[in-house]
Amino acid sequence: MAEVIAGSHETPVAKAQEHATTTGLPSTKLAMWIFLASECLLFGALITTYLLYRGASKVGPYPNDVFDIPYTSVSSFVLLASSLTMVLAVSAAQKADLVRMRVWLLVTALLGMTFVGGQVYEFTAFSKEGLALGTNLFGTTFYVLTGFHGVHVTVGIIMLLTLTSFSQAGRLPDDHGFSVEMIGLYWHFVDIVWIVIFAVVYLIPTGPTGGK
Amino acid sequence: MADVEHGHHPSVKEYIRIGIILAVLTGLEVAAKYANLGSATLIVTLLALAALKFILVVMYFMHLKFDDRRYARFFLMGLSLALTLFLIVLILFKVFLR
Repeated sequence: MAEVIAGSHETPVAKAQEHATTTGLPSTKLAMWIFLASECLLFGALITTYLLYRGASKVGPYPNDVFDIPYTSVSSFVLLASSLTMVLAVSAAQKADLVRMRVWLLVTALLGMTFVGGQVYEFTAFSKEGLALGTNLFGTTFYVLTGFHGVHVTVGIIMLLTLTSFSQAGRLPDDHGFSVEMIGLYWHFVDIVWIVIFAVVYLIPTGPTGGK
Repeated sequence: MADVEHGHHPSVKEYIRIGIILAVLTGLEVAAKYANLGSATLIVTLLALAALKFILVVMYFMHLKFDDRRYARFFLMGLSLALTLFLIVLILFKVFLR
């Protein structure tokens, strides 16, 4: 155990929790990483399904008919910015700067809400252009993939707001840093999934069979 | 990244620097989309930029570069399993279901 702790690069808070487990690692953090590893399989399946049926739709609207790249690019910048504010919240929490931590958590939640709001607007616009869940293979695979991601962002927002209110009410343990770090891991994962979706779904051309 | 050698988390300034790099990479992705590149070049460029962004977030924002390596191993297990499994599925479907 002693070697494990001496060799690790954990924060002081995480180190304090290592003593309680046989692995020398905090179980909550290990469980979070295993959960995120399993989420790779979930989103991997959804992205693969999208790729499998890419360009296979027999009727429109096709991706080139509905995608608004400048609009989605702004959404991507917003989600990336939320990852930065999240890591600043983690940094503040680890320095026990609770006021700054709450501010950054709220800013992250606000940026997340902007992203989800943008996604709702995008879905509404696509729907008005005739793309529903059952319209064609593109509609089905696109809405399921991005919808699942949107649900993950929404869950993240709920966790951020709950964390902030618990911190305000003094209902968090003294080591705020650990709780914020766990939520942060989830939030950053949602961001890296979007990095892949933005490139694979929005930016990579569909090809002659799936376009106009 | 002077902090890296000492195994500590980056400073606020370093986080902001990484955030700016991520924004620039996203800008490059969008620019590549409109740059009249060939289809293959565009796909390779976009995948490389996305991979770079992915690695930066995981290593610096999620602290895998600084934390105990066992976290990285668990995450890589899931990630590599997903990549291998779905690559096989994609190849099989493209080969046998044309």
